[in-house]
Amino acid sequence: MQFMALIYNAEGSDANYEGGMQQIMADYYKFGEEARAAGVMVAGDALEAVSTATSVRIRDGETSLTDGPFAETKETLGGYYLLECKDLDEALKWAAKIPTAKYGTIEVRPVMVFDN
Amino acid sequence: MDQIEKHLTRALRQSSGRILASLIKQFGNFDRAEDALQDAAAEAMRVWPEKGLPQNPAAWLHMAAKRRAIDKLRKESRHNAKDTLQAIADIEADKNEMAETDYEIPDERLRLIFTCCHPALSDEAQLALTLRTLGGLTVREIARAFLTSETAMLQRITRAKKKIQTAGIAYEVPGAEQIEVRRRSVQKTIYLIFNESYSAFEGQSLTRDDLANEAIRLGKLLYALDPTTENGGLLALMQFTHARSKARTNIQGQMISLEHHDRSAWDQTSIEEATELLATQLRAAQLGPYQLQAAISGVHSRSPSWEQTDWQQIAALYGALAAFDPSPVVLLNAAMAEANMGNLDQAMIKLQALAPHLENYQPFYAARAELHQRQGSFQSAYDDLTHAIELTKNEIEIDFLLQKRLDVAKCNAETKN
Repeated sequence: MQFMALIYNAEGSDANYEGGMQQIMADYYKFGEEARAAGVMVAGDALEAVSTATSVRIRDGETSLTDGPFAETKETLGGYYLLECKDLDEALKWAAKIPTAKYGTIEVRPVMVFDN
Repeated sequence: MDQIEKHLTRALRQSSGRILASLIKQFGNFDRAEDALQDAAAEAMRVWPEKGLPQNPAAWLHMAAKRRAIDKLRKESRHNAKDTLQAIADIEADKNEMAETDYEIPDERLRLIFTCCHPALSDEAQLALTLRTLGGLTVREIARAFLTSETAMLQRITRAKKKIQTAGIAYEVPGAEQIEVRRRSVQKTIYLIFNESYSAFEGQSLTRDDLANEAIRLGKLLYALDPTTENGGLLALMQFTHARSKARTNIQGQMISLEHHDRSAWDQTSIEEATELLATQLRAAQLGPYQLQAAISGVHSRSPSWEQTDWQQIAALYGALAAFDPSPVVLLNAAMAEANMGNLDQAMIKLQALAPHLENYQPFYAARAELHQRQGSFQSAYDDLTHAIELTKNEIEIDFLLQKRLDVAKCNAETKN
């Protein structure tokens, strides 16, 4: 089954990573290689800063655009991985390997499957 | 209740956990398994009165439930994928085995308990789900054990089952790297099942042997699979406690406190077994709360009388236990051990400090009544007992507390005259 690993952390907290930005890039690269080699990686991306976010809502037929994220929180969505794993335990094992798990939070959720 | 219904109730109480665990393994779904067992029970009520009681009611129920689940799967498969058909074929492949009269239901309960205790579920959901599926408790009983409403408990169980199903929690015993995390909630769950058997809130019987035996059996299974000192300590604790169960009530069914137990009614074989088991754990020198509680229970179990109990050792063990678990209940027991050493006033001070934390805890009022009585404050003892009675739902315990209150009232009248 597929699991979405949502990567949350306070913006700017990457700088506190042990070894600095260079190390975190290297560790993310390593994670990507490892997950691909294991056949777990389906997709994954980093997102631009939350300050670039625009939210769209339609209410009473009116489209409104808001500058900013869905909710103002300290920790924001910074990226994601879509992982193919046999069960939650395996997905959690991989989520724990994502470098941001050390200072942020990885939320793991199964991808919904629609029966036809 | 007629004979057939009695047999059915007994079979379900003894084996529903085992049947469910096996059905979930086979059909990969909690609700499907529960529905199938419920259907099988309804079928039993129709078939058994006509054809007579089967030799092995539990096996009959398991087979009937399996058939029901397969029927439903088949109906659904008309508009479902072909892997469902494969599942049906797999299940039907072992039909021959199902026909055997001495057929034994495969024991998948450890798999079930580890799944119910997955850390991705909240603690409360873990306990509730395990009690429901493995302990065979009703939602109502679990709600009472958790001091919450039946509706809220049902929601909690439904949510937990849904999370297992949709979040992809595997139905399996965890591997070495995860077992450490899972172990503690499994221990807690088994002990809660055991305790539930000793404080059934409703009904006539103070102990429900089925549940206690179930908890001990699970404890043995867990210890066999995973022989850690705490798993051993938990098992020893339950064995020590259960060894005293026959002395807990008199012929009229009234509850007897440990102080007044007929110690010759204690099951010495179990006590010896538990003593040996605990000694093995203690030699490994990896102390933990279950071993300490077992050690406390062991001191009681080996003491020839209440008066000769080594209270100093008991107080010391409670002190060590408080280091692991400084909960008000542990501190209450530590204070009572101190009272039994003769330090009444000091014990009372400690008890009063705990009062705000134990407002709805019946044993607290029973304990404070005991201290008041020993101090000669009969009116206060009377009031505390009244409070304890109000908080109790078990009829046997109520009888016990009423008797105690009557004694206190007599003392009170005598002091006034």
